[in-house]
Amino acid sequence: MKILVCISKVPDTTAKIAFTDNNTQFDTNGVQFIINPYDEWYALVRGLEIKEAQGGSVTVINVGGADNDPTIRKALAIGADEAVRIDHNPKDALATAQQIANYAKENDFDMVLCGKETIDYNGSQVPGMIAALLDQPYVSNASKLDMEGNKATIQRDIQGGKESLEVETPFVLSAAKGMAEARIPNMRGIMAARTKPLNVVEASDSSNQTEVVSYELPPEKGDCKYVEADNPGELLELLRNEAKII
Amino acid sequence: MSILVYANTQNNKIHKSAHEAISYASRFADGEEVVALLAGEAEDIESLGQYGADKILQLKDAKLKDFQPTLIARALKAAAEAEGAKVVVFSHDLSGKSVAPLLAGITNGGLVSGAVELPNTDDGFVVKKAVFSGKAFANTKINAEMKIISVMPNSVEKIENQKSPAVEEFTADLGDSRLVVKGQQMESADLPLTEADKVVSAGRGLKGPENWGIIEELAKELGAATACSRPVSDMDWRPHHEHVGQTGVAIRPNLYIAVGISGAIQHLAGVNQSKVIVVINTDPEAPFFKSADYGIVGDAFEVVPKLIEKAKSMNLSAD
Ligand SMILES: Cc1cc2nc3c(=O)[nH]c(=O)nc-3n(C[C@H](O)[C@H](O)[C@H](O)COP(=O)(O)OP(=O)(O)OC[C@H]3O[C@@H](n4cnc5c(N)ncnc54)[C@H](O)[C@@H]3O)c2cc1C
Ligand SMILES: Nc1ncnc2c1ncn2[C@@H]1O[C@H](COP(=O)(O)O)[C@@H](O)[C@H]1O
Repeated sequence: MKILVCISKVPDTTAKIAFTDNNTQFDTNGVQFIINPYDEWYALVRGLEIKEAQGGSVTVINVGGADNDPTIRKALAIGADEAVRIDHNPKDALATAQQIANYAKENDFDMVLCGKETIDYNGSQVPGMIAALLDQPYVSNASKLDMEGNKATIQRDIQGGKESLEVETPFVLSAAKGMAEARIPNMRGIMAARTKPLNVVEASDSSNQTEVVSYELPPEKGDCKYVEADNPGELLELLRNEAKII
Repeated sequence: MSILVYANTQNNKIHKSAHEAISYASRFADGEEVVALLAGEAEDIESLGQYGADKILQLKDAKLKDFQPTLIARALKAAAEAEGAKVVVFSHDLSGKSVAPLLAGITNGGLVSGAVELPNTDDGFVVKKAVFSGKAFANTKINAEMKIISVMPNSVEKIENQKSPAVEEFTADLGDSRLVVKGQQMESADLPLTEADKVVSAGRGLKGPENWGIIEELAKELGAATACSRPVSDMDWRPHHEHVGQTGVAIRPNLYIAVGISGAIQHLAGVNQSKVIVVINTDPEAPFFKSADYGIVGDAFEVVPKLIEKAKSMNLSAD
């Protein structure tokens, strides 16, 4: 199996969210960056497990600038065979998907695995767009993936439950919780990652169909109103008469 | 000109999120026709008219018996061409998350997902969307000719706007899909978490799975769904689909009651858009109180049973 795993770089889950330049840029000051958890914990690890069982290779791909390289190296430390960075700062999801799809077209992968969404932009867009551009089947929010030869048995989350389905390679999938267990890179992996290839590829043309014009923070919460622990019933009175929600 | 809306269904019924999408479209339609596209059958098809659909296109293709996102995207593209629609609206639920990016891919469209307000057309076409798991918003401009919006569930007010839409059968060359659907396992929960407008949630403070009786009972008395923090589902105290937060389900109910949950930032990411947050915790310093509207500093095992008693006396579950 030749597997392509799309990884994006996002602020650490505890990062303080603030903006600069008149609320047009995310303030990266003091922010740690990580691999998007869905990409790392689920898409990458499941990709590696399939490779370990069936043979083949796992390539990770990222669309971004050179400052993404340390994040990409972590994916190599976890076990990916090689990495590709498409040197481009994408403005929107379609531009990202076009870069990845163009690369995938030239390199014939059996499957493209993504995370279900990035925890910064929360788009849930890139994987479906890659599938559309490659004209391949798309399974979104998959929580299980098993391969038998070139036939995949997949479980996906649907409104109100789960659905099982089958599809033959090639296909594009977005991974949700349940797919695999996170792996922590060990010393050997970290050493090996230093010498694994990280190929920087020039960007192809891409469009720019959306752009963020400004960011906003939600309004501050007012103060918490406390109810005495010996008379919790008062809470329900407040919810009924003041908040008017029960 | 018209605005096209994908009317998703579940169990042969129009989904509540589809009504929200229709209402969203009809609220900014400004004279344009709101056209709903429905794949398959729905017993309550006329309910689309209630929220402002002027016309319903119904696909009866047998290939759409199962959820086939690629085929639906192709049908929407064909319908948009036929109707002259330059805006397509989805719900940002699991169906919209699947289909909307496919449509954007095949139409070279501009997609904004998770819209929380109507578009602003003062200077271009700008849609406000939730980013950073609800910790901020991004005003996103769509430059593309084909504008695609998916609306965050339970975030834009749904307003009735009674119409009596004609139902037309719609056919298009959908091609084929290689996805073969084998079966479904629907959650047994009477009230799916993502659709509940009240949620009672508990964390590690509850000590063990055997103590969840009081949480379930309080939820029942309030007509609420139950949820939990991540460690609780990781330890299998509760089923995985109850896990809320950054890496679990994101919810935005009207009422979120958190019992014995510390309020870690990753937990807050999934619940901080709830309208009213109540926190019950023994530790007055628990970070969750900073995000709470109402708080009780106290022991869950004493406080929750009293709440159940009070809820019973107020007969809340009857509403
Ligand atoms: C990348 C990443 C992603 C994550 N994603 C998520 C996520 O999606 N969702 C999530 O929930 N977490 C997530 N976490 C974990 C998160 O950081 C916290 O560890 C977790 O939310 C804590 O769960 P908790 O509040 O139940 O437990 P604890 O933090 O242990 O809190 C238990 C609370 O119960 C209180 N308590 C104890 N006894 C009682 C009593 N008798 N009555 C009342 N209160 C009592 C305590 O004072 C304490 O505040 C993530 C972490 C990481 C690193
Ligand atoms: N810049 C990027 N480079 C590589 N993959 C990406 C990039 N952005 C998004 N992805 C992939 O697409 C998924 C969904 O991203 P999004 O559509 O932004 O929510 C992520 O989980 C990644 O797998």
